[in-house]
Amino acid sequence: MDATSTRTFARQDAIFARSTQFFAVLVLVTLLAIIISLIHGAWPTLTKVGPKFLVDGSWDPVRSLFGGLAPLWGTLITATIAMVIAVPVSFGIAIFLTEMCPPVLKRPLGTAVELLAAIPSIIYGMWGLFIFAPLFGEYVQPFLAATIGKLPFIGVLFQGPTIGIGVLTAGIILSVMVIPFTASVMRDVFETTPPILKESAYGLGATTWEVVWNVVLPYTKTGVVGGVMLGLGRALGETMAVTFVIGNAYNISLALFEPGNSIASSLANEFNEASDPLHMSALIALGLVLFLLTFCVLAASRWMLSSLAKREGKRT
Amino acid sequence: MSFQVSLGNDASAVANATKLKINGLNFFYGSFQGLRNISLDIPEKQVTAFIGPSGCGKSTLLRVLNRMYSLYPGQRAEGEVMFNGENILDPKYDLNALRGSVGMVFQKPTPFPMSIYDNIAFGVRLYEKLNKSDMDDRVEWALKKAALWTETKEKLNQSGLSLSGGQQQRLCIARGIAVKPEILLLDEPTSALDPISTARIEELVSELRTDYTIVIVTHNMQQAARVSQFTAYMYLGELIEFTPTAQIFVKPQDKRTEDYITGRFG
Repeated sequence: MDATSTRTFARQDAIFARSTQFFAVLVLVTLLAIIISLIHGAWPTLTKVGPKFLVDGSWDPVRSLFGGLAPLWGTLITATIAMVIAVPVSFGIAIFLTEMCPPVLKRPLGTAVELLAAIPSIIYGMWGLFIFAPLFGEYVQPFLAATIGKLPFIGVLFQGPTIGIGVLTAGIILSVMVIPFTASVMRDVFETTPPILKESAYGLGATTWEVVWNVVLPYTKTGVVGGVMLGLGRALGETMAVTFVIGNAYNISLALFEPGNSIASSLANEFNEASDPLHMSALIALGLVLFLLTFCVLAASRWMLSSLAKREGKRT
Repeated sequence: MSFQVSLGNDASAVANATKLKINGLNFFYGSFQGLRNISLDIPEKQVTAFIGPSGCGKSTLLRVLNRMYSLYPGQRAEGEVMFNGENILDPKYDLNALRGSVGMVFQKPTPFPMSIYDNIAFGVRLYEKLNKSDMDDRVEWALKKAALWTETKEKLNQSGLSLSGGQQQRLCIARGIAVKPEILLLDEPTSALDPISTARIEELVSELRTDYTIVIVTHNMQQAARVSQFTAYMYLGELIEFTPTAQIFVKPQDKRTEDYITGRFG
């Protein structure tokens, strides 16, 4: 009896181990399959256009010119704008919710932030196109152009047609979409800081800001970087909302009011009409570039965390 | 209730000035009253121990002395705690200055996630602008004072978390001393440590008494007997007895103190 049941247990455990292993390996297989099919699909472009694909800004399907720089540029710029706005705002939201918020407001505000993340991106796109862009073009852009736009160096960014549609608008809409993700991850990791550790810093006479900056943030840095990466991932890959407001022009310009294009919105716009095999392959190559870009971002964040760990001294 | 300290045979305790004068202190967690009408004079440059069973309010009393409670909405104190002629419970009292003169060490070691050097320098930077060599001197001074210098001088750039538990607690004491406070509050500082580390911390407390007024909360009566000159026994939020340590363990004046000390409850 005993011997039999032991054997049954052992067999059950073996089955359980095998099946979990199968699911885990499945992830790896899927990843490989995606990479292989992307490379396979992009192959004609990779061989015909070559590395020039990344630095050539002329995209003209009619003349069979396929250079990927414009959408790559647009993707990087919009994601940068989004993160420049979203990271400090999310940080502020998270600090307020964990350190300063009166208990009555804590739940409603926290839930509101999470609900913001649940809004489908098409809604953001529609809101951006019909409500935000007209107002932005009517009031904010002329104001920016007349003030910051006149400054040396930085002024060049705030120029272009004040029609509300363009790279800056796309970046701002993206930042609104990124904030709930980044803010709620930051809030969750800030809450993991032991109260006694914060009290030690308060007990030395530190202000809330000094406690958050010098103690909470270093203690939770892995989680914070994770939250920022989650947001950046969304900003790089977001399709619908960006397509609505970015203007969809293959345009490389420092002026942020100009319409532009991102990799994801190029793909969404052109897949239907890509009858030329080279056109199709160029679109897949753009997808491959986006994939590699995300991969690099992830690798860079790992590298940053490990160099931070080195600087603050090894743990034995 | 007010207690006049009648001095025993501890000659060093003669003619102490009072460092902190607690007067009619009541403390509330929301509607629950945690401390009831506490009056107590904490003598300067002595070790005062708070003992009593769990939940008696000894940690609460300690956390009033640097107003740590004011971090939490719903906690409030009424009454007076006079420190250098001013009532620290006054909302206008500068918290930053208070915490510069009243340092605190907790039940568990709490090194900040930074290097050993920065752990010490962090607090100093909140109050003083020192150049590199003055800061180096201050860090060395604080680590020596906390009997941690010889173990750490070769690895000041390593994380404070790389030290052992006992070393981490001494690092926290060094961090508290580095800002040059007048009073050190120790909230069960050895409860998470092994016996050897505990002995070292107790030794350190006795040495630090020459320069600082020390208040220690402990659930260990032997520890109170070993390190303190004065002991306050608390029970259910009230101060039952406050006398020189030598006296309280030999001849307690209150029946409840005697019951606790002889182990009849608690």
